[in-house]
Amino acid sequence: MKAVRFALRSFARELRSGEVVVLLLSVALAVAALTAVGFLTDRIGKSVARQANEILAADIRLRSPEPIPPQWRQAAEAHSLDTAETQTFPSVVFAGDESSLTTVKGVSADYPLRGHVRISDRLFSEQYEVDDIPQPGTVWADGALMARLGISVGDTVSVGEADLEVAAVLTYRPDQSIGFASLAPSILVNLGDMPRTGLITEGSRVGYALLVAGEEDAVNSFYDAVEETLPDSVRVRNREDSSGRAGDAADRAERFLSLTAVISVLLSAVAIAMSARRFTHRRMDTVALMKSLGASQRFIITAASVQIVLLGVLGIVIGCAVGFSAEKLITSMLADLFQSDLPDPGLAPVALGSAVALILVIGFAMPALVQLRNTPPLRVLRHDAIPPPPSRLFVAGSSLLAVAALLYSVIGDGRMLLIVLAGMLVISGSLYVVGRGLVVLIGRSRGGVGVAWRYGLANVARRGRDSAVQIVAFGLGLTVLLLLTFVRTELLESWQQSLAEDAPNQFLINIQPQERDSIAAIFEQADIAAPDFVPLVRARMSTINGEDVKTREYPAEDGRWMANREANLSWATTLSDSNELLEGEWWDADYQGPPLVSVEEEAALEMGVGLGDQLNFMIAGQEVELTIASLRRIDWNSFRPNFFMVLSPGALEDYPATYVASLKIDATEKGVLLTLVRAHPTVSVIDLDAILEQVQSIMDKASLAVQAVFVFTLAAGIAVLFAAVQSTIDERRFESAMLRALGARRRTVLAGVLTEFAALGFAAGLLASAGASILAYIIAVNLFELDYDFSPGLWLAGLLGGTLLVCVSGFIAARGAINAPPIDVLRAA
Amino acid sequence: MSDISFTVDKGESIAIIGPSGAGKSTLLALLAGLDLPTRGEIWLDGQCLTDLDEDGRAAARARSVGFVFQSFHLVPSLNALENVMLPLELADQDAPRDRAMRILSEVGLQDRWSHYPAQLSGGEKQRVAIARAFAAEPAVLFADEPTGNLDARTGDNIMNIMFELNRNLSTTLVLVTHDKALAARCDREIGLDAGLLVSDAQAVA
Repeated sequence: MKAVRFALRSFARELRSGEVVVLLLSVALAVAALTAVGFLTDRIGKSVARQANEILAADIRLRSPEPIPPQWRQAAEAHSLDTAETQTFPSVVFAGDESSLTTVKGVSADYPLRGHVRISDRLFSEQYEVDDIPQPGTVWADGALMARLGISVGDTVSVGEADLEVAAVLTYRPDQSIGFASLAPSILVNLGDMPRTGLITEGSRVGYALLVAGEEDAVNSFYDAVEETLPDSVRVRNREDSSGRAGDAADRAERFLSLTAVISVLLSAVAIAMSARRFTHRRMDTVALMKSLGASQRFIITAASVQIVLLGVLGIVIGCAVGFSAEKLITSMLADLFQSDLPDPGLAPVALGSAVALILVIGFAMPALVQLRNTPPLRVLRHDAIPPPPSRLFVAGSSLLAVAALLYSVIGDGRMLLIVLAGMLVISGSLYVVGRGLVVLIGRSRGGVGVAWRYGLANVARRGRDSAVQIVAFGLGLTVLLLLTFVRTELLESWQQSLAEDAPNQFLINIQPQERDSIAAIFEQADIAAPDFVPLVRARMSTINGEDVKTREYPAEDGRWMANREANLSWATTLSDSNELLEGEWWDADYQGPPLVSVEEEAALEMGVGLGDQLNFMIAGQEVELTIASLRRIDWNSFRPNFFMVLSPGALEDYPATYVASLKIDATEKGVLLTLVRAHPTVSVIDLDAILEQVQSIMDKASLAVQAVFVFTLAAGIAVLFAAVQSTIDERRFESAMLRALGARRRTVLAGVLTEFAALGFAAGLLASAGASILAYIIAVNLFELDYDFSPGLWLAGLLGGTLLVCVSGFIAARGAINAPPIDVLRAA
Repeated sequence: MSDISFTVDKGESIAIIGPSGAGKSTLLALLAGLDLPTRGEIWLDGQCLTDLDEDGRAAARARSVGFVFQSFHLVPSLNALENVMLPLELADQDAPRDRAMRILSEVGLQDRWSHYPAQLSGGEKQRVAIARAFAAEPAVLFADEPTGNLDARTGDNIMNIMFELNRNLSTTLVLVTHDKALAARCDREIGLDAGLLVSDAQAVA
């Protein structure tokens, strides 16, 4: 009790010493990094969980490219189940001269069967749940769409041939994509209005769906009853397999961000261990004195533990507050990426943060405190009497255990934990070796340039271990920031440069055969070369060499998917420019024999088929037998319409085809597209430029958020530097005093200190630039198959940024030592 | 410390003696410009220290003053040679490396120049400190209990080197010491007690 009182009494005074502040801030930083990520993933996770139960807006959904036959609905109703129908297709929606690709969703009266639609009366006003669907003649439009079209509630939009009034802002529908907004915002339309749009025609890309919900047993028996009668083209989804995928994605994001936060936590741990070392040294005299006055070891350890725990608690409070604010900042940066408001975060991250703070304090600070307990009372008389340092095994063991506990709390999987732990040991070990190497190089280069230069560089070399730790700590944070800032934009640029000058930027899909001439005429009138129209026929593969595609063995899982999906077939007389023939022969332009097919090389590889193999397709209810005549390689970067399966001419003559076309249209000529879509409302125009722009903006925002998390890593690097400087501040103070006594001006002392930190920062920048370049190279060449040029901008930013950052932080940390008065040199004796 | 006035001639060696707390170190700090008196003037090598600012006094020290401390006070991150070069560079003198090497061999450490302070014995450290103090050929050398941390034999050895360099370079030597025998080797003894000058005696030749 006495010890606790003593600890509490002296705590306020302790808070004024530098190493205690560093200790406190390191704990706070670790907690902040973890809770910021924790709050964020908690909110996203909750939103996913909330939506998971209603992601289909039903218990089971049957989706078909054909209109839903009435007998399915009758079957559902016979099982006393609720039903609703939807029709969904992409289309360009107009308001005046503005247009946007939109997901048009027509819904019947009882939609949604699970969950609720939420709307608001004006953009950005309070949202509320509704049980209705839009009245005939009106639509509810996504806020993003309204912003894009520049309209507000009450305005009119044109969907195909129908003009519909926007009656409300659609803020949420249960079956919207989870988490991030999809590229095409949606409008909700009364199903009764769909025929008026004129967009539902033979061959148009409409997805028809029957939603069914009710008692679980009834749903199951309904499904059992209809399953046999469903054609292959119908896709059935129930709640479990839908929510699973979204949940997996959220889990992966959570793990990635948590591991990111763990890097900051580990760096903070280094700072905590360093400042605990200093905490112990500073208290040795007091402890020796108290011991000589009769204080027991228990008293000493209790008093120190109480203070450390107080520090921990204070650190948790500050950390949680910072983490909470940081999360708010991150979500506000991501705001328009989320389709709906995120639920409020729970308290779980606070618990995790507190547990981690405890682990850190016990695992990293306790070894130093135990040393304090062993301080010999003799120190009162002989200043050089210091307690034996804690055994290396104890320090290494306790910190390794702490790291393992920490990682386990984030990863929660034993095998993963071992892999990550081993990986971290190897990476930090090799980084440390590189850091030590840089320190040796710095020490060697201190030559004859002058006293400040030599003194600064000699200091880096002398505290070799600490210097290397600081270089690695800063280097890590910088590497990731460089990677996120430069490499992201560079990769995109180098990809764009790899595209041909005349790569198409507009795709026209769903063109009916009879529309081709009039569309060509529209372009010719605008002095634009008419595009080639490429035919497309929907089909489904039934057998490969007589084997059923469903039961057949495939060399790769992708092969199974390829064979079972709905296939788009095309035909051609000549080989397209963007294709290269690898095996076999291309047919003559006037070929009339039995149908042949040319298959894309990777698809052939994955399905395990080659020249001469037989592929059978079901097209509009009829089976067509094809023989593989050649294998092709496709240059997907050409952005031309390309197909895995291209057939010989005549093979598809009798089947309904639609056409697709691609062309390059300059920004100034885009008006022609408006004319086109007005004249042919069922043709969908996909503006690749706009999509790329949107993808880029999503990437920018997402990486900005990840960068925000990595700012914690950088801050932890600064904490390590402060801890390292704090632990040497007495030496530094004394050496400055001595240099002054020997006649050095203040400027000279300052120059020495700045040289030291500049060298550290330069080394960290070097490490980071090299690390980021190597990672970028690996990512570009292996992942994206792009050339990677080593960028001078990245190196400049890395070296300059590292040097400046460490110089400024080091100056702030060590400024007290720079001004030490020379008289101290006599007093210190 | 009050009412103290005395002059030290060029080339003279004086010992400041007195019991603990007499103000020996304070006087040394004042003489070397490490500290300023509340009143009065201090002149060093033709310059009035009390008129100079902090950096001015640092420049004066770099030009005119050498130090030897009881605890040696070498810079731990620099090797022996670099420690000796320090004052030469601070005073902007030419060829610091060669001159430092020369003076290191005068104290008998030419073979240990690349060693760091931690690798040197107490006597060796003090020899490096003396080499450092004399390197820039200062007008005045201040020594604060230079043998305090050394055994008697090493201490004698160190003082021999110091007095020899003092004679050869005709440096003024100001020595703070407890050691009567050491004080007796100086030209003059100044006795302090409780901040007052209590004796000022020329040694009997």
